[in-house]
Amino acid sequence: MFAIPENWGELTARERQDARINSWALAQIEFASTEAEQGYRKRTQMIKNVVQLKKPERVPVMPWAGVYPAEYGGITVQEAMYDYEKLGDAWKKFNADFVPDCLVSAALIGPGKAFDMLDVKNYHWPGHGTPAGTSYQCVEGEYMTADEYDLLIADPSNYFMRSYLPRVLGALEPWQMLGPWTDIVELPFVGLALIPAGIPPVQQAFQKFLEAGQAIMEWISAVGPIEQTSVASLGVPPTIGGFTKAPFDTLGDTLRGTRGIMLDMYRQPDKLIAAMERIVPIAIDMGVRNATAHDNPLVFIPLHKGADGFMSNKDFEKFYWPTLKAVLMGLIEAGTVPYLFVEGGYSQRLDVITDPDIPAGHTVWMFDQTDMKEVKAKLGGWACFGGNVPGSLLKAGTPQEVEAYVKQLIDDVAQDGGYILANGAVLDNTTPENLHAMIDTGKTYGVYG
Amino acid sequence: MSQKLIDAITDMRENDALSITDEMLQSGTNPLDVLEACRKAMEVVGQRFEDGDCFVPELILAGEVLKQISEKAKPLMKEQAVSAKDLGKVVIGTVEGDIHSIAKDIVAFMLDVSGFEVTDLGVDVPPVKFVESVKETGAAVVGLSGFLTLAYDPMKATVKALKAAGLNEVKVMIGGGQVDEQIREYTGADAYGRDAMAAVALAKQWLGG
Ligand code: B12
Repeated sequence: MFAIPENWGELTARERQDARINSWALAQIEFASTEAEQGYRKRTQMIKNVVQLKKPERVPVMPWAGVYPAEYGGITVQEAMYDYEKLGDAWKKFNADFVPDCLVSAALIGPGKAFDMLDVKNYHWPGHGTPAGTSYQCVEGEYMTADEYDLLIADPSNYFMRSYLPRVLGALEPWQMLGPWTDIVELPFVGLALIPAGIPPVQQAFQKFLEAGQAIMEWISAVGPIEQTSVASLGVPPTIGGFTKAPFDTLGDTLRGTRGIMLDMYRQPDKLIAAMERIVPIAIDMGVRNATAHDNPLVFIPLHKGADGFMSNKDFEKFYWPTLKAVLMGLIEAGTVPYLFVEGGYSQRLDVITDPDIPAGHTVWMFDQTDMKEVKAKLGGWACFGGNVPGSLLKAGTPQEVEAYVKQLIDDVAQDGGYILANGAVLDNTTPENLHAMIDTGKTYGVYG
Repeated sequence: MSQKLIDAITDMRENDALSITDEMLQSGTNPLDVLEACRKAMEVVGQRFEDGDCFVPELILAGEVLKQISEKAKPLMKEQAVSAKDLGKVVIGTVEGDIHSIAKDIVAFMLDVSGFEVTDLGVDVPPVKFVESVKETGAAVVGLSGFLTLAYDPMKATVKALKAAGLNEVKVMIGGGQVDEQIREYTGADAYGRDAMAAVALAKQWLGG
């Protein structure tokens, strides 16, 4: 937990950022060795330097990993989702063998048991529609219908509880019968408003809810120590303090789906914009609250449906950017560091995202398929950037090719600091040799003289 | 009138397109002419997509408009529409292990409106299904879609299965967000396409459309 100092109201965004980064970098952890402690301090310092656009001692290497640690550890994804001992062995082994500059977290994989109990409908996962050895996958759908914007805008939490969640979590379907909490405005309404809580299906739904909570507690009690072991023994810092999304993606991925949101851009643009604006403070709170709880300034934000090809630049500026920018400004104001994962290609958007209102040294942009020289030309001196080692290369290339690619990347764009080496797409498929080639080349070739 | 309809569709004015359709049909325009205007409009939309002036939202909206117009026109048609699908047959699907449909649907739709006869096998399609379908339909082109990197190996397996079944003449194109030239080489496919219009261009190139 980050303790907000008393004079917080008087601090500038930069001072707040410093306070948050320092708290994370100086965290009191029981390290297994002085070496591990030094490693942790060194890595957090490198990351602080790149965020603040300075040259670190070397390029930080911060790979994204998806389910690859399972294959590497000799288990299936299904096992990783359900058997937390196996999950722990695999993820600890992965971190220990590759020693990246960030913790590769086991927390994004499970808890399979809770997914079963809640009867998750908007994803398939191993044993539930996808093979044992591969990632869970989303099921495209319109989980919010086109005529529900007013409901969402009026009260997003109420909408999630009584409309969205009952659709995507089968066990909570009876929650549709609940009334809004805001009905409970005077004593007599305690009784009247809670009548639905006595209806048998609603009671069963809450029963399942509690059981899932139990399963989630078992999971997190296992995952917490897995992460702590890696951090304490290897000195690899966790680099995801919070998580949030661009409001357009909350609407487009989560609620309306690809087809739905794209039609809304034409059929009901004003409602779409109003809904995104409604979500801005919620998105900021989600990021800041978790960054504070985890005492870690970095707020991960995957960018989805604003990529090249997903809309024109004009629409990007009208629909995607304004509310994303508002979220970024809110996060920066609170002293957190937006850590954006710019998925797909973003060549067309670089002029828009390098918005002069966003202060230099307050954001991190990790790219997937965008040309990195262009990125450097546009973002250099304004924001930390990185990413781009292709998933195709890591899967189908040779270690020599990976090494050559990484060296070229470092030559091209790393020279002034403010740069992080990473792969472009979340890593599910590679070979140990190729991954070593990426990480080890970064560590040796990326030393600043 | 036809030109007005074409303009409405290509300018993404959905309501106008629908009311012009109503006017045309009420004033006795041959429904086939209405559908022909739609086809021409989609040609323009496709071209704009290729030129980078149109994007996925426009493809989706145009598709939606087209669907509504044909629902209006079809019941009024006396004669059967002569199949304009004479460019050739394409089999398409998302490969085994991958359950994503959105990209595959867009590609299938663009192939369809461009004049190909498309057999859409859906998602999570095992190699043998592709083989069977090619044998059944006699398709000369197969399109494999994959959303995630897990699709690389099933794509490779599908190419191999087609070859093993003696379907060496069949051209295979692959695509998806994480597919590139390196993966084309890895899978042994004949080509990779960046987007839906690339799929159309490849199919035309191979089928001589
Ligand atoms: C949107 C999105 C999501 C949404 C999807 C739901 C929704 N309602 O849209 C949500 C948020 C749920 C999501 C979840 C996850 N995602 Co996601 N997601 C994306 C994203 C940003 C866009 C995908 C998309 O919608 N594409 C739209 C279609 C239309 O585009 P397309 O597939 O590229 O298809 C076009 C072309 O490729 C081509 N094409 C396609 N097929 C074919 C076939 C032929 C023959 C030809 C010629 C052309 C062609 O034409 C199409 C139209 O022009 C991608 C990154 C990206 N930009 O690709 C990541 C991405 C797919 N996701 C990823 C990940 C890791 C995940 C998660 C595992 C994250 C997590 N831990 O929860 C989950 C589950 C996996 C999953 N996706 O099922 C990774 C996958 C990495 C990998 N190893 O494969 C990606 C690649 C991001 C990244 N760079 O790391 N995701």
